[in-house]
Amino acid sequence: MVCLLVSLLLLGCSAILTGGIALLPVTARTTRAANIAGPAGAVTGCLLGLYAAAGGDWSAAATLTLPWGLPIGSCVLGLDLLTRLFLLPVFGLGAVCALAGGISLRHTDPGTHNLGAHWFFYLLLLLGMALVMTSRDAVMFMIAWEIMSLAPFFLIDFNDGDRLVRDASWVYLIAAHLGAVLLIAFFALLWQQGGDTSFAYLSTLLPGRCTPVLFVLAVLGFGAKAGLAPLHVWLPEAHPAAPSHVSALLSGAMINAGLYGIIRSLDFFGPHHTFPAWWGWLLLFLGLATGIMGILKAMAQTHLKRMLAYSSVENMGLMLMGTGIGLIGIASDNAWIAVLGFAGSLLHMLNHAAFKALLFLCAGEILHAVGTVRMDQLGGLQKRLPMVGWLFALGAVAIACLPPLNGFAGELVLILSLVKGTALAGVENQLGLFTALTGLALISGLAAATYSKAYGTSFLGEPRTGFAASAVSPAWPTLLPLCIPALVCVVVGLAAPLLFANVADTALDILRLPLAQRAQAEAGIASCGAALSTTTVLGLACAALTLLFVLLRRRRLGNSPVRPASTWGCGYQFATPRIQYTDASFSEPTAKLFSSAMGLKASRQRDDSYFPQHGQFVLSAPDRLRTHLFTPLFEGVERACNALKIVQHGKIHLYILYILATVVALLIWGLHA
Amino acid sequence: MNASSPLLYAIQFVLALALAPLLSGIINRIKARVAGRHGKPVLQLYFDIAKLLSKREVLSRTTSWPFRLGPSLSLAATLCALALLPLGGVASPLQCPGDFVLAAYLLGLGRFVMILAALDTGSPFEGMGASREAAFSALAEPVLFLCFLAVIGTASNMGLNLDLSLSTMFGGVPAQGWLHGRAELLLIPAVLFILLLVENCRIPVDDPTTHLELTMIHEAMILDHSGPNLAFILYGSALKLWLFAALLAGMLVPAGVLWCQIAGYFAVVFAVAVLVGIVESVMARLKLSRVSQFLGMAGTLAAFALILTQVR
Amino acid sequence: MSALFQFLLILLMLNNLALAGVSRLRTLIRQVSVQGVLLALLLMLPGAQQFNFEHLLLAIAVLLIKGIGFPILLRRTLGKISGDPQVEPWLSCGLSVLACMAGLAFSLWFEGRLPIQPGLFPSLLLPAALMTLFCGLILVVGRRKALSQVIGYLIAENGIFLLGIPLMSEETVWFELTILLDVFVAVFVMGIAINHISKTFESIDVGRFCSLRD
Repeated sequence: MVCLLVSLLLLGCSAILTGGIALLPVTARTTRAANIAGPAGAVTGCLLGLYAAAGGDWSAAATLTLPWGLPIGSCVLGLDLLTRLFLLPVFGLGAVCALAGGISLRHTDPGTHNLGAHWFFYLLLLLGMALVMTSRDAVMFMIAWEIMSLAPFFLIDFNDGDRLVRDASWVYLIAAHLGAVLLIAFFALLWQQGGDTSFAYLSTLLPGRCTPVLFVLAVLGFGAKAGLAPLHVWLPEAHPAAPSHVSALLSGAMINAGLYGIIRSLDFFGPHHTFPAWWGWLLLFLGLATGIMGILKAMAQTHLKRMLAYSSVENMGLMLMGTGIGLIGIASDNAWIAVLGFAGSLLHMLNHAAFKALLFLCAGEILHAVGTVRMDQLGGLQKRLPMVGWLFALGAVAIACLPPLNGFAGELVLILSLVKGTALAGVENQLGLFTALTGLALISGLAAATYSKAYGTSFLGEPRTGFAASAVSPAWPTLLPLCIPALVCVVVGLAAPLLFANVADTALDILRLPLAQRAQAEAGIASCGAALSTTTVLGLACAALTLLFVLLRRRRLGNSPVRPASTWGCGYQFATPRIQYTDASFSEPTAKLFSSAMGLKASRQRDDSYFPQHGQFVLSAPDRLRTHLFTPLFEGVERACNALKIVQHGKIHLYILYILATVVALLIWGLHA
Repeated sequence: MNASSPLLYAIQFVLALALAPLLSGIINRIKARVAGRHGKPVLQLYFDIAKLLSKREVLSRTTSWPFRLGPSLSLAATLCALALLPLGGVASPLQCPGDFVLAAYLLGLGRFVMILAALDTGSPFEGMGASREAAFSALAEPVLFLCFLAVIGTASNMGLNLDLSLSTMFGGVPAQGWLHGRAELLLIPAVLFILLLVENCRIPVDDPTTHLELTMIHEAMILDHSGPNLAFILYGSALKLWLFAALLAGMLVPAGVLWCQIAGYFAVVFAVAVLVGIVESVMARLKLSRVSQFLGMAGTLAAFALILTQVR
Repeated sequence: MSALFQFLLILLMLNNLALAGVSRLRTLIRQVSVQGVLLALLLMLPGAQQFNFEHLLLAIAVLLIKGIGFPILLRRTLGKISGDPQVEPWLSCGLSVLACMAGLAFSLWFEGRLPIQPGLFPSLLLPAALMTLFCGLILVVGRRKALSQVIGYLIAENGIFLLGIPLMSEETVWFELTILLDVFVAVFVMGIAINHISKTFESIDVGRFCSLRD
């Protein structure tokens, strides 16, 4: 606890320091100072925080009350299993992304960017996230939530010379605040019910009439942060616009806060056995819809970072599915389903943090080396940036949930929880879970297709443009921060049973099962542990066999040199890089099947003469929900607001009349009340 | 009943490894006979593999590590997946709850690296094959899981102590169901057969012997491979065929006297090869746009079987 | 015997799925005749323990009318119209199959909730009958050609007939026969109507019926 406090103080102090640097006139020296002070503070703070979260006894819970100056709320910090688990990606990625950011920003031109401000907001974001996970009071939680939601606006807006970036950051800000409004309503309702804002008190509340409303408010409010469809529209805008280390942090750590909020708020809805079953089904199918929509939209993208953003939406969908399964398990008194649902969700959250950060950082390296991350302009990068290529391939295998890397572990736990649907009563419940499982299988198949496309078109084959052909590999020390999440992917994949034990403890802690159901939960956890151990064994066996075959091939080939040739073009001799399959052509068979869900928009110009000179074919995948739902919605709001401008006419004496009228109206109302 | 002797399993596993290339020989021989030809020797694939292993390789200048490593990794993943399967009613020593997920995803890993190896060459034909393979396997995955779920549903309805492993699901005990009048269980082998055709690129889905690269799926992906790598690929496909045939056998051969079950297993595996040969002789390749409908039909059948197993 | 009965019911359900999924009128008619044969077989089976003459008679009648008579009639009509052999769906074939599956899931759910005397319906009979009914209705609603709508109507009637099997006693046999005759007449009349339509409008596209309003 003390360690955590020191870490938070350190982050705060570094934030003040870099904020102070930001206020000085920007010169090369202040830029360098900020770029050293910021990452150094972030890394030290995060390492201390990691020690506080993961070191010592995992199941120990502690709270700390500090003086608080406001009339409502209190300053209570707490550490329990759930908080510890969610702090791991916050501090882990906080450190990794700070290192990567410090390295990638080291040649920043002081004339264009104020790095002091950048690192100030970065540290503020870290502080906000850590406080969100640790605060145990609604008022303090909302303040931390606001800090966490505001800081990314300035981080996303780093390249504010670009109009698209400015737009993206505004979209982010509005989405974050609409979510926050729902959360304020949520906590205000809770406060009204109880009269106290501390979590300890709120968790003793009994379910009331407005509990379902509270649940829906929590799902929507926290879901907006997590990227739950249809509230995900800010993600594919914000993540491509932000610098890569910021996208990595936002995608790997910040959106988890939505999941954390949903799981934490389950405490406030009364005893768990009173939860109705439809909560679970709502979350499960919302998660499933989010997942399928996310991966299909990801498949349709050309922009690598936008694709990664949609894939974050998909992964959050999987995590929400897990939470929904957990709730179904609670409602149907099936401890196996409940505990594995929550455990799968949490395990996938940790794994997603590792591989998504790795992929975003790799995308940053590509952007740095080539100047673009549009897949149709890349190609052949494996030979030019071999290290980045290997890291990206590792991340791609992990995120496609293929064994033996870590992504598989979370998916396995989720599937094992869904398979137990046979034990539920009622055909409709069984079929519901089985539908979800089938959907999950479809998502994982599409994820494999999406990531083989991403790696294949960006790194393999021949470079499609001159920029890609002349890309130069970054020096290896700059890639060191990327190796940390890559190492986590491999180690967690092979040591999944160990991590799973901790995650399962956390899930048990969330559930607080009655003693009678303990045995069933333990059986589920034991089965999963066994499955994960077999995965490790087979993963190692697979690696060993591969090595064996590689050696066999090398022996068979002997010392005779391999004969290099050009790729077989089925007889065509004058192949150019332009005849390669692009990302759009790769996803064409899938696009034919799911065209409506993928929302592809094709525009073509044909030259029908005998010797065509020009022709153009552009394929884009705009977000239908944004263009068809939110844009008209906000335009409608704008029109309504414009209509109200009649009262805002600029005549001051009439304004004073308004005040008078209001005062009189309030007086009369007060008399009656 | 289920014997779990590791020795017996090891013998059967080695037999599977040794006999797998025979299946493609049988298929070819059946096709040739139906067409009125004499056909290649049944052992042709063994000769091919032996010849390829002693040849040198031609590597495209465009390629990098996935092209070199892909076939080895793919073969290793298929081998690992096969090791999870019960063979002839003998449970795998590696059996564990949820190993069906592991087996399916190991096959997925093999496919993933082969897709990367195809894209690595930069050839439009190989890209074409890879993109089709990615799309169709994404569709085949839910169908396979529906099959597994239907078996799990049967086993749990039969009051079996279910540990959710392939060895219980395909070990012969759920297969007893169809002998006792659960006719819907016979749909599962039918769906598995369709999946076998899809995953092994057999005729109604993909024609491995056509001369037009434009219409191929799997063969287009491996145009550039040669030498030992091509041998690995051929052997890997043979193993994959054996794997799916063994799944079919696990669903068709009910548990009983062990040696009968083993004999039944081998009989079913070879019968599947004959059936594939007949299907290949009497059917034409489907239009590519129809393949997804074909898979949709398989999925519908599997879902139908699942629903029926759940209510009974 | 019960296992065989169940097997036939499963075949009937598969037949329904096929009916919803086929895209050619000729195949549709063939599937309808398969359904007629299946119905006749089903009728023979449950009464086997107390085999009586009426059941056999009814089964033969069903076989003759639904398995042979109607398909021949329909095929003839199809030959006369000699238009496009496709069914021209409003609801695509894949969606129809999905709708049919949804109908099955719904009937299973419904069966669990229905207060029926236990033992009256053999297992799977009620869902199979309801699924047949739904499949017929889906064909009526989702197809453009008048001929496939007649077929849909016929299938829906098969479903109702199937529901009647367990309720059947000696008196109701004749009742069932009258239903059969009713349908026969209905189809006959509609067959003539179709002929008429195809002559008058050069089409049997019911989408153009709307031009007859007022």
